[in-house]
Amino acid sequence: MAAVAPHPRTAELVRARLEQGKLDVAGTLFRWLLVGTLALSVGVLAVLLIDVVTGGWGVLSSRLVDFLTSADRTSAEEAGVFQGLRGTFWIGVFTVVLAFPVGIGAAIYLEEYAPRSRFTRIIDINIRNLAGVPSVVYGILGLAIFVKTLASLPDWLGGGPLTGGRTVMSGGIIIAILVLPIVIITSAEAIRAVPDSIREAGFGVGATRWEVVRSHVLPYALPGILTGTVLALARALGEAAPLILVGAVQGRLGGGPGSLVDLGQLQERFTAMPIMITNWSGEFAEGFQDELAPAAIVVLLVFVFLANGTAILLRNRYAKRR
Amino acid sequence: MPVESTTPARPDAPRLVRAPDPGEEPASGELFEVCDLSVYYGSFRAVRDVNLRIPERCITAFIGPSGCGKTTILRCFNRMNDLVETARVEGRILYHGVDLYDPAVNPVEVRRRIGMVFQKPNPFPKSIYDNVAYGPKVAGLKGDMDEMVERSLRRAALWEEVKDRLKASAMGLSGGQQQRLCIARALAVDPEVVLMDEPCSALDPIATGRIEDLMEEIKTSYTIIIVTHNMQQAARVSDQCAFFTTEVNETSDTRTGILVEFDGTEKMFSTPSDERTENYVTGRFG
Amino acid sequence: MSDVGRQRVPLTLASLQGDRRRLRREAALRRLFLGAAALSIVISALIVLSLIREAWVFVSQVDLASLWTDGWFPRRGLYDLKTLFAGSLIVTLIAMAVASPLGLGAAVYLSEYARPRVRQALKPVIETLASIPSVVLGFFALTFISPEVVRRFAEEATLANLTAAGIGVGLLTIPLIASVAEDAMAAVPDALREASSGIGARKVTTTVKVVVPAAVSGLVAAFIIATSRAIGETMVVLIAAGASGGSLFSLDPLREGLTLTAAMATQASGTDAVVGAALTFQSLFFVGMLLFLVTFGLNLVADRFVRRVRQKY
Repeated sequence: MAAVAPHPRTAELVRARLEQGKLDVAGTLFRWLLVGTLALSVGVLAVLLIDVVTGGWGVLSSRLVDFLTSADRTSAEEAGVFQGLRGTFWIGVFTVVLAFPVGIGAAIYLEEYAPRSRFTRIIDINIRNLAGVPSVVYGILGLAIFVKTLASLPDWLGGGPLTGGRTVMSGGIIIAILVLPIVIITSAEAIRAVPDSIREAGFGVGATRWEVVRSHVLPYALPGILTGTVLALARALGEAAPLILVGAVQGRLGGGPGSLVDLGQLQERFTAMPIMITNWSGEFAEGFQDELAPAAIVVLLVFVFLANGTAILLRNRYAKRR
Repeated sequence: MPVESTTPARPDAPRLVRAPDPGEEPASGELFEVCDLSVYYGSFRAVRDVNLRIPERCITAFIGPSGCGKTTILRCFNRMNDLVETARVEGRILYHGVDLYDPAVNPVEVRRRIGMVFQKPNPFPKSIYDNVAYGPKVAGLKGDMDEMVERSLRRAALWEEVKDRLKASAMGLSGGQQQRLCIARALAVDPEVVLMDEPCSALDPIATGRIEDLMEEIKTSYTIIIVTHNMQQAARVSDQCAFFTTEVNETSDTRTGILVEFDGTEKMFSTPSDERTENYVTGRFG
Repeated sequence: MSDVGRQRVPLTLASLQGDRRRLRREAALRRLFLGAAALSIVISALIVLSLIREAWVFVSQVDLASLWTDGWFPRRGLYDLKTLFAGSLIVTLIAMAVASPLGLGAAVYLSEYARPRVRQALKPVIETLASIPSVVLGFFALTFISPEVVRRFAEEATLANLTAAGIGVGLLTIPLIASVAEDAMAAVPDALREASSGIGARKVTTTVKVVVPAAVSGLVAAFIIATSRAIGETMVVLIAAGASGGSLFSLDPLREGLTLTAAMATQASGTDAVVGAALTFQSLFFVGMLLFLVTFGLNLVADRFVRRVRQKY
């Protein structure tokens, strides 16, 4: 142990050394660079939203109801998105009815019942791959199945020249298939997050696997599952490429709008919001590209953001509860 | 050689080293002076009113039951608590007479002089060589890097075991070897002080023994402060001990850590001055 | 056993076998869920089959010379593949050039620098950007990015051009890179950050020299996934790159262009039967198969990297 008393000047030396380097130029620059990238990303989002809202404001503020209930017309002052809304509505219905139960069921199997076998791993890899397949390839699947194969089936089975086989059904089914992997993956994650102690409590009193799942696991995982399904729905509402391939109409549709839920419409050729936006974006006639397209975009974004916002809210409440 | 304990300033205060007057030069051989140190997490006071003097080039142990703030206090010495959002420190820690918490002081510079070894070995997922060389490179130390690495590894008693595979990944070493690597990494920047936060708690007895031997070897060159749960380890290794415990705050039902006694190790374990210390070292609680 | 209410009949194997009906229900439900999971394999198989069936027709019957011509005019029997690959390549490169720094920068900031409250506020914003449908970005690319950004710097660019489409796809991809990269960095244990700070490294040094290298597998996965997504994007290109005008082979990013994806979309739109030269319809599937193989391969590679991240920690 040192026996020498520290020199008074040691303190000065030490202080000088400890205070150096406070101005960290490189570090501060780096930090501002990072903030810049974030600001740019957020900024672009803001510019996009402003651009779209200002573009569509004229139409939306002056004739909102008319816009929502009119059919597509050649004249920009009268055209409306009703057919798009209807098509998108049915896409949503198909997604909910088809993708949600099948997706949640598959997730339940993978997390609760599946043994750790090769088969299970193959399914898992397969689902992940499907999630990464481009939407246009799903469109091709739809084209091959519904347009070509089903068209050759007898009439009573739903085939035949039913408007060439292109119906809102094929579009709805294909988009449901497209979002299925998303539902499976997010639901599986939510189920996996359920602590084993809850399951053990159920088994401990002699419940079967399904009884444990139904009364313990699913309620606990429900917020996470809901979040995933709502996200999938938001995705489904915005998809266009598969619909183009399955034959959603580009161009004017004849006939009146009809009612929103008129089932007879199920068999007609159809269009959806994203398709109408695509058409109108490329339409050079007066008023379509600069007013109607952004107005339609605003309408679509309202639905998509509503769905997304709901998912985020659900997730926040779910996180708080735990 | 243990520090002599001095008489308490106030007869009713728990036994501790006399708190220094502000501006007073520390007595001979003392590196740190802790003055009325309290640490808060948000509004919760985790440790209060710690007063200590840590002498140079020996091993000081912080002992006490879990949850009494030993690690919290230790992390004040190298300003690691800065990294916690809600942590707030009151009081002073004088290092060579300079208050470490002076606003003008750069925590990065503090950490180059006061190094730390953590509870669970945390080598970087890089090669053994790169782990040890990281500190000097970052500090901009000039010189032969190979030589620096070898020196540090020798000081950490690891050289013989790894000299033929310096480029191998550090993650392939055993737990004890990884911890010695972390010690080598800390020594590579040539600090004056090495703080050790329960360095052996994740290791088996043999690895623990080797690290304790290591501590004995290096204490002639470095001042060591070690937090340990293991009383026997403190008795084996340290020259003086600071015993902490918790006091329960009646009104808010929280526990705040306090320093009970600071003394030479031999004295603390044979004839402790405070009853709480005696209960702890004889195993009656904690 | 003498308690009232307990079974007085001696215990047999049968009493431990359980209620038949319950068991049958369990087995049936298990099969139901298995079916749901196996459906994914069926879908994959269908995709591959439908692609192969028609693509094979194309491959076996196509005149090889027509695969290297002046442009992609399937209705005339000209199937110049390099037009499509050039278009896809240019769009993907521009998209990744835009998305990589922005996405990575945002991820590093959110993971290492942002305070928890800031991160909580910003994550939903990024997720909002992620939820914007691609048609909206296509519109934005055509009506804003092209005139205000591209043509401001390069006046000779056409109204619809690959650069604007590339930037649009890039914007679409930023949230994907940001979220995967952020997950990768969050997976790096705090102990490593502490070790680096404890030696006296500044924050920027710790971030750049310890955290990023430790997360590199996840970052690579992020880029690969993003590339795959950029290659597979259809609508932005369709709207903003002037699909039909881009059928001639060209390497000029300031002109219209055609990608693999947009080619498929323009092919199938509108008409009921894809009329044209004999293999017009099949060419659609051929391009689809190429696209599927490329993205599938990329996803497999990315998956390997993701698994490597999980193994480490």
